[in-house]
Amino acid sequence: MTKKKICVLTVLGLLVPSVLAQEAEAISGADTSWLLVSTALVLLMTPALAFFYGGLVRSKNALNTMMMSFVALGISGTLWAVAGYSLAFGTGGDWIGDFSMAFLAGVGLEPSGTTPHLLFMGFQGTFAIITAALISGAVVERMKFVSYVVFIGLWGLAVYAPVCHWVWGGGWLGGMGALDFAGGAVVHVNAGVAALVAARVLGPRKDYGREALLPHNVPFVLLGAGVLWFGWFGFNGGSALAADGIAALALVNTLLAPAAGIFAWTLLDRFTTGKITAVGIATAIVVGLVAITPAAGYVSPGGALALGAIGVIPSYYLIRWRTKTSLDDSLDVFAAHGMGGIMGALLTGVLATTAINSGGANGLLFGGGVTQLGIQALSVLAVAVYSGVLTYLILKLVGLMTKLRADSSDEGLGMDIVAHGEEAYATGEGAVLLNEAEAPERVNGLTKKD
Amino acid sequence: MKLVKAIVRPSRLPDVLRALYAADITGLTVSRVRGHGGEVEVVETYRGTTVKMEMHDKVMIDIGVSDTFVDVAVDAICGSAATGNVGDGKIFVLPVERVVRVRTGEEDVAAVTPVR
Repeated sequence: MTKKKICVLTVLGLLVPSVLAQEAEAISGADTSWLLVSTALVLLMTPALAFFYGGLVRSKNALNTMMMSFVALGISGTLWAVAGYSLAFGTGGDWIGDFSMAFLAGVGLEPSGTTPHLLFMGFQGTFAIITAALISGAVVERMKFVSYVVFIGLWGLAVYAPVCHWVWGGGWLGGMGALDFAGGAVVHVNAGVAALVAARVLGPRKDYGREALLPHNVPFVLLGAGVLWFGWFGFNGGSALAADGIAALALVNTLLAPAAGIFAWTLLDRFTTGKITAVGIATAIVVGLVAITPAAGYVSPGGALALGAIGVIPSYYLIRWRTKTSLDDSLDVFAAHGMGGIMGALLTGVLATTAINSGGANGLLFGGGVTQLGIQALSVLAVAVYSGVLTYLILKLVGLMTKLRADSSDEGLGMDIVAHGEEAYATGEGAVLLNEAEAPERVNGLTKKD
Repeated sequence: MKLVKAIVRPSRLPDVLRALYAADITGLTVSRVRGHGGEVEVVETYRGTTVKMEMHDKVMIDIGVSDTFVDVAVDAICGSAATGNVGDGKIFVLPVERVVRVRTGEEDVAAVTPVR
């Protein structure tokens, strides 16, 4: 049955019987089970990211920072169903999909591979959500919440969806043979470069470089990193889109690469600063996970260990260098995700082997020469340039509609009270209960005294 | 001998400390306090419960100084803590009967003179 016919049947409300008839043909219960679980696992990564980022900021901005991740669940999730999925996975051309599946037209319970099409859409939606949320780390403690919401909405449609199409939706990079198992370029280089540009366009926080801006809750950071790792088993393991050997390979590689990443990071920490730090280990986990993402289903477990250990090194030095510059990429999204994603994508071109996954390719070390490495480098470059330029244009566009940054005095007061009228750690001391009738007129959550 | 008690905005504390150190005033105690002046009130809502927060986070700085340093301390704090908005804080100057440095037993002016 063609998609057009399904679309017509949906409109007529006749979809259910036709789908049930198809279901028996190609859907695998095992594959579907694993993809169901994976979808839930990847969704959990966004609240985990909220804790990771939320712990790293000052307490007066903790809620605002966590909200930047949580609001993506709503905005990016909704827009994915409205048009994002269709732009990413619609037939379209080499560069972008089309609107044939807008509002999920024709996305039903029919098989897509061996799992229901609708489930594939949902699984991919969780990727779109976290990719947008990742960018927030670069603009925390100063970006106006409304501007951020508009920005990630536009970014998901104009940047994430096309790039996703290039690699996974039948576009030109996938056609060239670029290997990106679960989103090294699509998710991490994409979000990392967007974060770099956003940090530049917004400018540094007013206190940046003047006073110490310390994490307010390091246990949150560790909690976030741990739960991100847990969710990442679905991110990488689920990207096999089947409950098979490749899923097992991707999952085990997702265990080993961050482990080796921690190992390398703690050695660097020990011999650079003399102390092994908790924020350091949390960061190492994330960078190790980012690095293995494009390679998860294409490299051997030994390759994953090497990739994790080598992949985190540039990020370690980049973070140390960045904090001494005027670039306030506040939570080092580019150093962790951009640089980690670049290392992962390139090392995939070195360590991939068809001996472990015949559907992949051979990298530099396995007789593939520099061809695959070149394709990987091109995919990183293309995604970085496109994401950088479009992010700049979208931010300028949003800047025309509304201010991108909070006022300096609001920044001093903290974004929690200003943007949300809530505090992360309200004590209730001195809080006077207001009735609806007495509630004074609000200005940015503040009110003039009578 | 005077006790200078200054209440300032937490966000101004780094600048206040910098100004005090620059004025050679290095012995001080800082506490986090909550208080109410004439400033704009914050309204918060938690799922239908709307409250007016009357207490605001402030920082209190206690400094024991000799009489000649009172104006120096007050000027340093005023110059560095002011934002021009209501809620910048207050400075109280109180008489002090006796000061003792615990380590040496030195008293009064000797006790508040910074150690070189």
